[in-house]
Amino acid sequence: VCFIPDGLDCSISFVSHVLGKVCVHGRQKELLSVLVPCLVDLTKSDCIWQRLCWQLVERVPERWMEAVVLGFVQRAPGAEALSRLLGNLVVNNKKAQFVVTQKLLLLQYGHTTAVLQNLLGYLALDSLRRPFLIKVLQELLETWGSSSAVKHSPPEQQQYISKAILICLSHLKEPEIESCRQELLTSMMEGVKCHLDSNLPQIRRLGMVVAESISSKINTDGPVLKFQYEEDDEARELQSLLVQTPPSCDVPDLPDDDRYKKADAALPLVLESNKNLHPAAPLVPDELSEAELDSDDELIPYDMSEDKELKTKAPVYIRDCIEVLTGSEDMDKWEATVKALESLVRKNPAATREVSMELAKILLHLEEKTCMEGFVELRQRAQVAVLTTDPIPVAKYLTSQFYSLNYSLCQRMDILDVLVLAAQELSSLKSHRKTKQSGAQKPCIQLLPGSDSSKDWRKIVDERIKSKTRRFATGQSQVELASGPNEFNSVAGYFFFPLIQHFDRPLTTFDLLGEDHFVLGRLVHTLAILMHLAVNTVAVTAMGKALLEFVWALRFHTDSYVRQGLLSCVSSVLLSTPTECLLEDMTDELLEAQSWLGDVMEKDPDGDCRRLALQNLLLMENLKKKLKTVPS
Amino acid sequence: MALPPPDPQFVLRGTSAAVHTLHFSCGGQEPDVPILFSGSENGLIHVWKLKTHRAGTALDGHGGKSVYCVETMGGKDRLLSQGRDQRICMWDLAEGRTSVMDSVFTENVGFCRCSLLKVAQGRWLMAMAAKALEEVQVLELPSKTSVCTLKPEVGAKLGMPMCLKLWQLSCGSQPLLLAGYEDGSVVLWNLSTAKALSRLVCHQEPVMSLDFDSEKAKGISGSSEKVLSIWSLNEQQNLQVDKTHKLVNAGIADITIRPDKKILATAGWDHRIRIFGWKKLKPLAVLDYHTATVHCVSFSDHKNSSERLLAAGSKDHRISIWSLYTQT
Repeated sequence: VCFIPDGLDCSISFVSHVLGKVCVHGRQKELLSVLVPCLVDLTKSDCIWQRLCWQLVERVPERWMEAVVLGFVQRAPGAEALSRLLGNLVVNNKKAQFVVTQKLLLLQYGHTTAVLQNLLGYLALDSLRRPFLIKVLQELLETWGSSSAVKHSPPEQQQYISKAILICLSHLKEPEIESCRQELLTSMMEGVKCHLDSNLPQIRRLGMVVAESISSKINTDGPVLKFQYEEDDEARELQSLLVQTPPSCDVPDLPDDDRYKKADAALPLVLESNKNLHPAAPLVPDELSEAELDSDDELIPYDMSEDKELKTKAPVYIRDCIEVLTGSEDMDKWEATVKALESLVRKNPAATREVSMELAKILLHLEEKTCMEGFVELRQRAQVAVLTTDPIPVAKYLTSQFYSLNYSLCQRMDILDVLVLAAQELSSLKSHRKTKQSGAQKPCIQLLPGSDSSKDWRKIVDERIKSKTRRFATGQSQVELASGPNEFNSVAGYFFFPLIQHFDRPLTTFDLLGEDHFVLGRLVHTLAILMHLAVNTVAVTAMGKALLEFVWALRFHTDSYVRQGLLSCVSSVLLSTPTECLLEDMTDELLEAQSWLGDVMEKDPDGDCRRLALQNLLLMENLKKKLKTVPS
Repeated sequence: MALPPPDPQFVLRGTSAAVHTLHFSCGGQEPDVPILFSGSENGLIHVWKLKTHRAGTALDGHGGKSVYCVETMGGKDRLLSQGRDQRICMWDLAEGRTSVMDSVFTENVGFCRCSLLKVAQGRWLMAMAAKALEEVQVLELPSKTSVCTLKPEVGAKLGMPMCLKLWQLSCGSQPLLLAGYEDGSVVLWNLSTAKALSRLVCHQEPVMSLDFDSEKAKGISGSSEKVLSIWSLNEQQNLQVDKTHKLVNAGIADITIRPDKKILATAGWDHRIRIFGWKKLKPLAVLDYHTATVHCVSFSDHKNSSERLLAAGSKDHRISIWSLYTQT
């Protein structure tokens, strides 16, 4: 289509109609890939072309407007170009306004970052359109800060909204920030709270990055909010969106960068000065009275600078350790005891059994008194050692304490971790129980205690699922494997049933079904692992039944982490319980579970949940197949 | 720039038990010498040939009970050993024999090492802790007749004797006994009158070990605290403290002065052997080899001074042999 720009007054509404119809039929790509570059070139300098273009787009009928606008936004090579093409369309046309400010940002989330840049840049470029930018930012923040949105919308959408917020922020000018500073602050605080409350690390990180960015924008002088989180590609990409300076505005983004750099530089300086304070080795004391000529002087002393006081040794008896840990003021001895405790416990099982309850109590309440490296790991390993040495009474104690008053969330989750690690140890062969090398301790304290470990556990269950759902015919050329009695067999029940018992009974400080859903999620994952480790034990059927009932009670929980845990529980039950027991004792529960799984697979917003549900259904299918092949 | 402390010349392994006592015998005929006797906690006495660094024989005469003192009586063929089975055995090791010739039943359950002194050819005096708590008995060997029993006066509250040293100023003169007690005092006894000549409180804790240089009339004692005490005997046979030396870590198990009176060695509970010059107690070296408390140190009696050795036995079942300051 070519125009004759020669004073002729053409009506281009026909063209608009054609354009609209083509776009709505889905042929945007073919048409616009030719049209848009053409128009971009033509409109670069010629304002007649610009006005023509604007009219073209404005005349597109309402019902096709969305397709056209979307096509333009996607195809435009930059916000500048889009601005030239569309002009003040958003101001004049209601439908376009709706599409640009609401639909593309809040109702859809599949578009690329470039699209967002174009869109928001376009809004920022003209003073008539800037109010829309502010309005868009407010609405985005409202969505970002709404707790129901955080809980129910998919992570991809949340990421999209975060990106949009950051791009908006990068376009804002000082006076605008001034005017809405209070609002920004309020929404940031609310939003941060919802995000940090979530169980998924990705959501938490998104919340942290956006909050940091908002804070850096509204507090241009003074301390900025800074979280500690693992930097990964996503976080870096988001941060880069903020720092990008659009060519027309000169918002001073660089000082923000500098501030980050200064914060980083301060840390290495502090470390350097600490190194310099390292005490020099004591010099050999000079002999004073060298005046007399004596045969003693012929004896030349050797270097004795290594002759220092002996370090305090750790106690050698368990009861001494208990004394030191409960009463001692001597910090060196306390540290030495904590380091030596695990090996002492393992070397003296009989002595440990006498005092196991006391030790368990002390270790559960042990707080870090000095700045020791690896304290958390040392304490955990000691607890695991005590639990494996004397499983039944200590397990009873720990599970009862899990549901008691006045423990912190950290301590409750500690109990769960220790139970799992001990169960793993008890159910593995003695020859395989090598004490793991304590790896480098993570230096920064994470905001919420490591839910990264749940990924490892999931991996174990997943691997097990994989190994069972695919069967290859391999030959019988297997070496005789080492075997030994499963020590977890006799104590599995003590680990498992007390944990399941009281989950629905709220205490004043601890409400699993209410606020403390993070602990509930961890509890569910722990039960899945315990179930998985109980394979080949006598109690496995009873455990499976109890676990399926537990899952049934919680199946509609709103938190996706909890739901993932529940689905792993079902996998564990299916994998650990022998087929005969499954079919005899648990047919009802399995049928109910099957219908629930189908529902989850289709409708659950979380991708991991859907995947786990599908795997469970596959496992059940395999079971059915096995039934058919077994001659009845 | 001071040199780093030397390494042991060699290390004897194979006792498989803590080593409590050592004694060299280097003055005999080749090829058997030099020999080192070691007594261990499992009741065995090992006879180490230092040329080959191997234990030739193991003497088992104390029924599995710890041997805490070995001494030779004039050469390597006569050995005296004291064990926790309350016996002191005398061995005949000539020509490859390994038999107990004679034994003395001490009825003492303590840890006090006996002390031997040769008074005439074929005659020795031996001081040992006796059955009663605070007493020291002196016997003549080989006749096993009691020479005297040294009882502290009533109310002295010395406690158990912890270490003994018999000495005489020159051959034929009056033998005297220095005894260190549990209350931290050192007492000088006159054997003929069985009376205490002088008493000196030089430690707050029990005296674990002492040694005496009869030429200079100067002695040194170590205890379970951090202090070494040097005392001397004046004209009136009175003991007086000359000086004290503070150590880095507490606990001394054994002290011995080299026969040429130039240096002395201490065995510490902190696994270290310390060497001092004897004249002014100048610290010379700290030998840090062992991984458990060092129970005993002993200098060799080589005639050739350049071959002189120091041996240290420790709870970590090893005996380290050092060659230090052999040029003087």
